[in-house]
Amino acid sequence: MSDLSAQTGDRDNPHGGSLLTPSKLTRRRNAAEARFRAYGLIAVCAGLLALALLLTSILGNGLSAFQQTFITLDVELVEAKLDKTGNRDLEDLKKVSTFGYAPLLKAAIQKAIAENGIAIDGLTDKDATALVSKDAPAQMRDFVLADPQVIGRTVPFTFLANGRIDGYFKDRVSMDSAELDSNVSPQQLMLADALREAGVVEIRFNWGFITRPDASENRPEAAGLGVAILGSLYMMIVVLLLALPIGVAASIYLEEFAPRNRWTDLIEVNISNLAAVPSIVFGILGLAIFINFAGLPQSAPIVGGLVLSLMTLPRIIIPARAALGAVPPSIRDAALGVGASKMQSVFHHVLPLATPGILTGLIIGLGQALGETAPLLLIGMVAFVREYPDAPPEGFFDPASALPVQVYNWTQRADPAFVERASGAIIVLLIFLVFMNAVAILLRRRFERRW
Amino acid sequence: MPVLWIILCALAIGAVGYVAGRARAMASAGGDARTLHSLPSYYGFHVLLAAVVPSLIVLIAWLLIQPMVIENRVSSMIPETAIADGSSLGLVMADVRRVAEGLDLAVAQGGMSADEARNVQAGVSDLRGRLGEIGIALGSDVQPEILRAAQVYRLMTAKSRLAMTIAVLLLAGAGLAYGVARSKADFRARNVVERVIKALLILASTIAILTTVGIVMSMLLETRNFFSQHSALDYFFGTTWSPNFRGGSELGILPLLWGTLYISLIALLVAVPIGLFAAIYMSEYAGRKMRAFAKPAIEVLAGIPTIVYGLFALMTVGPALRDYFAQPMGFGESSASVATAGLVMGIMLIPFVSSLSDDIINAVPQAMRDGSLGLGATKSETIKQVVVPAALPGIVGAILLAASRAIGETMIVVLGAGAAARMSLNPFEAMTTVTVKIVSQLTGDTDFASPETLVAFALGLTLFVITLGLNVLALYIVRKYREQYE
Repeated sequence: MSDLSAQTGDRDNPHGGSLLTPSKLTRRRNAAEARFRAYGLIAVCAGLLALALLLTSILGNGLSAFQQTFITLDVELVEAKLDKTGNRDLEDLKKVSTFGYAPLLKAAIQKAIAENGIAIDGLTDKDATALVSKDAPAQMRDFVLADPQVIGRTVPFTFLANGRIDGYFKDRVSMDSAELDSNVSPQQLMLADALREAGVVEIRFNWGFITRPDASENRPEAAGLGVAILGSLYMMIVVLLLALPIGVAASIYLEEFAPRNRWTDLIEVNISNLAAVPSIVFGILGLAIFINFAGLPQSAPIVGGLVLSLMTLPRIIIPARAALGAVPPSIRDAALGVGASKMQSVFHHVLPLATPGILTGLIIGLGQALGETAPLLLIGMVAFVREYPDAPPEGFFDPASALPVQVYNWTQRADPAFVERASGAIIVLLIFLVFMNAVAILLRRRFERRW
Repeated sequence: MPVLWIILCALAIGAVGYVAGRARAMASAGGDARTLHSLPSYYGFHVLLAAVVPSLIVLIAWLLIQPMVIENRVSSMIPETAIADGSSLGLVMADVRRVAEGLDLAVAQGGMSADEARNVQAGVSDLRGRLGEIGIALGSDVQPEILRAAQVYRLMTAKSRLAMTIAVLLLAGAGLAYGVARSKADFRARNVVERVIKALLILASTIAILTTVGIVMSMLLETRNFFSQHSALDYFFGTTWSPNFRGGSELGILPLLWGTLYISLIALLVAVPIGLFAAIYMSEYAGRKMRAFAKPAIEVLAGIPTIVYGLFALMTVGPALRDYFAQPMGFGESSASVATAGLVMGIMLIPFVSSLSDDIINAVPQAMRDGSLGLGATKSETIKQVVVPAALPGIVGAILLAASRAIGETMIVVLGAGAAARMSLNPFEAMTTVTVKIVSQLTGDTDFASPETLVAFALGLTLFVITLGLNVLALYIVRKYREQYE
């Protein structure tokens, strides 16, 4: 109050004057009040603005990843190129590598250009073929090997367009930038425009982004999240199987049975500290113990799941204990009063009543584990994995990726198309998180009791 | 997967035991459950636990110990001469394991008969080529000593597996027999079952301690290795960070610490005013509607994974800061910078500061506000001169917790701060942090014998100690404050 007392010597209006006309001092104090209030409002708005900016930036960059440019071509699967012997023997067919399929693609695209009457100066055949993704020959080869009888026929294929062509339709590549880019020429872009008018090239929803495995550096158009989603799912299963029973058991013991002594205090201090240990430290633990000491394989979902379980445990125990503690003592007393043992009163009455609270904490903990990246980098989840892991339980030991790590991986690549895909992957991750949190809120609204 | 099958078998034996134990207890009571000491299902669970718990404990212990014993025995077989220059026993043992794995795979795929795998000679057949065909790539031709060791390794592993299966199943059977034999009407099954369950609960709650011990031990051991190869003086007081895998690297932590603290400072400069003012506004001024909307919206920021913030820094904030501030003002050309990472991390920390401070401000008793307002103070004067001073210890605790978050944060700095270790005052320059260097030293091809890799463990331990100190201090302050008004 020092400034107030300093103001008492105000000569401007010592005693007289009307109460209804605010004095200078009152005006100043009111202005300070309004300013202070405005600071608070500005701070709240700044927080909201940051959230809005973050979301628009991710959505703006990533939504286009779900759209992809496709080229539909009629490819004649020439027998002379694919099966010289003509006996459709699978072993012979396998000897034809993807290079053997490239000429078919070239012929098909030339045919499409001729049919639609497109003529572009300075367009080489090679450039025209490069309109299609480098993934296309492999796609044809898989198709032929799956059913050799199609050889000799003309089959309509839907290929992914090259990443630069896709980028052109998404305004990432322009005619000017193509002049300077060694990977794409303006002629190709003109051809792409012409083919789009002819209906050969179209842009539509790309399921492959969600289902396909990752692809190499120079074919961003084929990269997808399939392996990463599976890997994340496997890790969540491991976390659920380990962290839920252990976490609930630990919280039951600490809340219901533990005597107050040093040992219990030690456990409690440990749990609250583990909740605040930086996540990367858990990565070091996983690397040192699970991989180097126990000899588990690198980049396997089991290791990721173990590390995330240890990390999630305190985040499950703390809300679970709160939920158990919120069950009123009268419930326990009533059970004990009719002859139940302590164990029976806990498992038959207290635990069921605390279940909604425990589940809410569990889902929120799982959500945090799903978005965790740093510890997974250290246990080798950054590796480039193209094969889907097997079904569990063997699949827990196969190499896999994880959603947030896939995002990190894509940000480390040179082609700008991967930035779009990283944002797209974030959107997928955020959808999972929103869904999980919505379930948690619903559980809390629907079942939580106030005693 | 045989281990899974063993577990399933043990569980099946347990299930049989449940039925048998329950039936025997009921039979001994003459079919009248009222004469039993415990409910019938407790007799069943007693047998189930007797069969499953000891056998699974043995299984886990066996799986942990077996590789160590075999490794030890096999590595004593390898003569000094088989270890080439620049190689080590560890690398040779890795080869042995790979060859053994290859032989297993070859037998499994039918590329080799079981006999042949046991007796094949290194010189006679082109083992490397044959293993290469089934996808086991070996760096060099298989030496006869390594092949012998691999064959012994396979043999011992197979034998040990068999012995383990028998031991586990026998133990499960014995547990079953023991449990069934005890299942009589006057046996206190419930007390036994409850004691076992309580022991399992205690076991579960000690996992937290084991985790902490695991963290400290794993980092401590490797850190000791590191300091035996590298001078501690250079690590703690060196001002250059230049790891060099050919040796002679300088691994001073000071530039990393400088980057970490600089970024955390900027993050706190962003987060503390915004978070604090938002909390004050939310608890003292905001109406019900505003609160219901803004509070959860700001808390959403806490639920967003850090990789999202990292991408935000990389894609949006970094280039924007570079184009609108750094380049026009001539501060630098880099989009990854201390300012980028600090700003984005500050956004991440807003909800930590605001929701903790909100709780603490709400805990200040209303009587204190009423007293101040009754003396004629305006609302803002009350807040500045009564509420905030009363809540100050708690707010300081919240800020310390936020600082510990900032120091341990990884993904934002990996994507937003850059990788160059330097000590500079310019916030628009790229700098690096302790966490970034842990990631970069431990990803990719790592050699766990070189100080360049081991330094990551020392960095991790340093980080752990710093954040632990901050957390303990913060919890202490918060707790002490809470007690004042309760």
